[in-house]
Amino acid sequence: MRKLFYSSLLIIASLNAIGQVERGSVLIKGGTILTITKGTQESTDLLIKDGKITQIGKNIPAPQGVKVIDATGMFVMPGIIDAHSHAGLDAINEATNPVTAEVFTGDAINPFQIGLYQALGGGVTTIHAMHGSANAIGGQCETLKLRYGVKDPDGLRMDGAPRTVKFALGENPTRVHGGANNILPRTRMGVEFVIREAFSKAKEYMEAWDRFNKSKTQKGFRGAPPTYDLRLETLADILRGEIIVHCHSYRADEIFMLLKVCQDFGIKKLVFQHVNEGFKVAPELAKFGAMASVFADWWAYKFEVYYSTAYNAAILTKNGVTTSINSDDGELMRHLYHEAAKTQKYGALSDDEALSLITLNPAKQLGIDSRVGSLEVGKEADVAIFKGHPLSAYAVPMITIVDGLVRFDREKDADDMRIYIDPNIALDATTAADTGGNDVENCLQGAEEAFNYMFDLN
Amino acid sequence: MYFIIKNIIASTGYLLLAVTAFAQSPKGENGTFALTNATIETVTKGSIQNGTVVISNGKITAVGADVAVPQGAKVIDCRGLWIYPGLIDSGTQLGLSEVGSDVRTKDFNEVGDVLPQIKALSAVNPNSVLIPVTRISGVTTVVAIPEGDLIPGTAALINLYGYTPEQMYAGFEGVALTFPNTGRKGFFDRRTEDEIKKAAEKAVKRLNDVWDMAVQYYKLDSATKSKGVGYYPEMQALLPVIKGERSLMIKASASKDIQAALKWVAERKVKKVIFTGVEEGWRVADQIAKAGIPVIAGPVLSLPTRDYDRYDKPYANPGLMKKAGVKVALCTGGAENVRNLPYHAAFAAAYGMGKEEALRSVTIVPAEILGVADKLGSIEVGKNATLLVSDGDPFETKTSIKYVFIDGWKVPMVSRQTELYEEFLKREPGVSKN
Repeated sequence: MRKLFYSSLLIIASLNAIGQVERGSVLIKGGTILTITKGTQESTDLLIKDGKITQIGKNIPAPQGVKVIDATGMFVMPGIIDAHSHAGLDAINEATNPVTAEVFTGDAINPFQIGLYQALGGGVTTIHAMHGSANAIGGQCETLKLRYGVKDPDGLRMDGAPRTVKFALGENPTRVHGGANNILPRTRMGVEFVIREAFSKAKEYMEAWDRFNKSKTQKGFRGAPPTYDLRLETLADILRGEIIVHCHSYRADEIFMLLKVCQDFGIKKLVFQHVNEGFKVAPELAKFGAMASVFADWWAYKFEVYYSTAYNAAILTKNGVTTSINSDDGELMRHLYHEAAKTQKYGALSDDEALSLITLNPAKQLGIDSRVGSLEVGKEADVAIFKGHPLSAYAVPMITIVDGLVRFDREKDADDMRIYIDPNIALDATTAADTGGNDVENCLQGAEEAFNYMFDLN
Repeated sequence: MYFIIKNIIASTGYLLLAVTAFAQSPKGENGTFALTNATIETVTKGSIQNGTVVISNGKITAVGADVAVPQGAKVIDCRGLWIYPGLIDSGTQLGLSEVGSDVRTKDFNEVGDVLPQIKALSAVNPNSVLIPVTRISGVTTVVAIPEGDLIPGTAALINLYGYTPEQMYAGFEGVALTFPNTGRKGFFDRRTEDEIKKAAEKAVKRLNDVWDMAVQYYKLDSATKSKGVGYYPEMQALLPVIKGERSLMIKASASKDIQAALKWVAERKVKKVIFTGVEEGWRVADQIAKAGIPVIAGPVLSLPTRDYDRYDKPYANPGLMKKAGVKVALCTGGAENVRNLPYHAAFAAAYGMGKEEALRSVTIVPAEILGVADKLGSIEVGKNATLLVSDGDPFETKTSIKYVFIDGWKVPMVSRQTELYEEFLKREPGVSKN
């Protein structure tokens, strides 16, 4: 009885936590506001009430009790959105099958990861916490807001964000499964088949359920329902258009292949990730309405990215493809504003075009552009304040606000970031001896064992 | 109408460009050049407005506001442009690595733990696709350094233009040493304190044995005037280090390792030392400064080495060390994106080093540390004509690098990445073939 009492207490407490996102009010005075959608407004104020932007204009008086941030001489932009991250997750790759649509990164959220705070230090407010690229069809992904400081994993979820799923083409799924596990796919031909087979089975499953649901209401129906299968159910939701596909891809041929597959199965919500050779099929991507989330200049870390160009984002943008710049990496995530700025060197994009790559465009790719991605009245108050224009290489993010709450403030940043003290952990533990530069891909985390095995084979 | 004419002019321009591009792959040019009307950032002697730099036979032969253009010189009008010394990346695998994940294209990590006799210069691929990508961003000169156990090889300073290692060699070689790891490698390192101590002692003993043997070899070599010592390639390669003619480039990143390396250098009285990596240099900056050892720090764009460190420590590290009195040069530590050196410098500048010192840390300071300041690192008469011409601050992403000269060669401003841009910006055919 007592047990029951405590469990119900726990349930009530957790229900409370789910429902509550802490929101704040603040007035940002006198900054240069980079709205993204409505131009640049100098010496302008931005008022936030209960986590929403309520007013943008000159000389807005501070409502009573509302904190004021003096942003004179500073630049105020929408919080940066990273459409490809693995931060805040304790598990990334369910590398046990070429198709694992049933798993969900949202079941492995770790709100204590310091990387989330370090990203706030780079003006990032929303991330797409993705499954890895070991499988042709990987797991479902979660969109998180960087409310670093909350202890409940649910507190990081961006409630209401559309569902997304990770796909992967090319070297990673073929090496993990065909190479290490000795099962299909070992080639790009195999990857196409894995995806077509999965969708075909899901279609059968969906139709079987539709038939059952239709006939079960009929009088005298005595049939049994089809066996419930979460994997097929998820794939069916992709076919129904309820999940956005985010596909890890590099080469033009495999990108084109997935376009055809999606066309055949009527799938329209499609975002390509990394997509280093997207520029080679930019007209096809534009025609399909597929979007692209790319690196600014990462290349040559593996063979399938050897024929890359840093002009990728510019070529895609100028061909009419909605493009974002992502990180896939804890370090790169800290300076996405700088990565976006590189498109001005490589392709001479305008300030608004470059800033859209890390704000409005990734918001579109995650289906959250009505809520975040620009500074507009009514949108959620995710804001980054910079010393220096964010597209300058000398820019320094100063304050990052999520839902109207200051989650990062450079002036108040502590030298020692420990949030808990464990006397058993040696203070001199460092990764310094172990860092190997930042030219590795992080999409295969958790699949290393298979990977190592493969290297042995070589 | 105006727009139509403008378009016609523009398309004709493109057409001409295309014709030239197809006619021949662009080649480097040398000879006598006069770069006129430029703002010259000499780095060592201030900046000169409206100045001219004359290049002849690979050298800078005149610099100043009142410089006459020599007869027959190819004149490049640099009105509105800036001239900077070529940027130097003091720690890369450029030329030694082509495709990161493919071991068959990685030539910086040999088998064995004492290999000073193997030379980066021999394995540098002059025709690496990565090299043009790098140099057209203004990075003209890099250290290519082997990596691996204890003594992984001998590093070389190379110019990013030339078709043989001899043509690329820029006047510095140094023996790389990975200082034994003395502490815990990270939270995943589950060894006991005792195990860590024992492993470190064993590794340092190996280092000491090698060093003692090299000292012994040096004595024998001196006594026999280099005759009759036999074939000991490792010892022969260490000889110039023992003599103090060649630098020992000691890689130490964790503060404990840096401290251990400082102690070791003092005990062994190593004459010429450069520290590399030094990611936690800021923790022991005073001690490095006191020892007078210069450092090659980077990559600047990296994560803190400890979860609990302030988020910006890697960005601030060069500035903090400089402030303590350490001589600091910067590196990117990679291969394919050495082109980002200017941005590593910009971050170091913004997080405490200041623009002027950040510029020095990728020009004159590495030239001094590597012993080539008579040839590189500033715009001065008599130095190699290795420089860049830009339309602004070369550390800013908005800036375009207009021309690059390496040893007097005007380098073609193309790479595979720019060629792909030209081909695919407006692909022909587009979405339909007819």
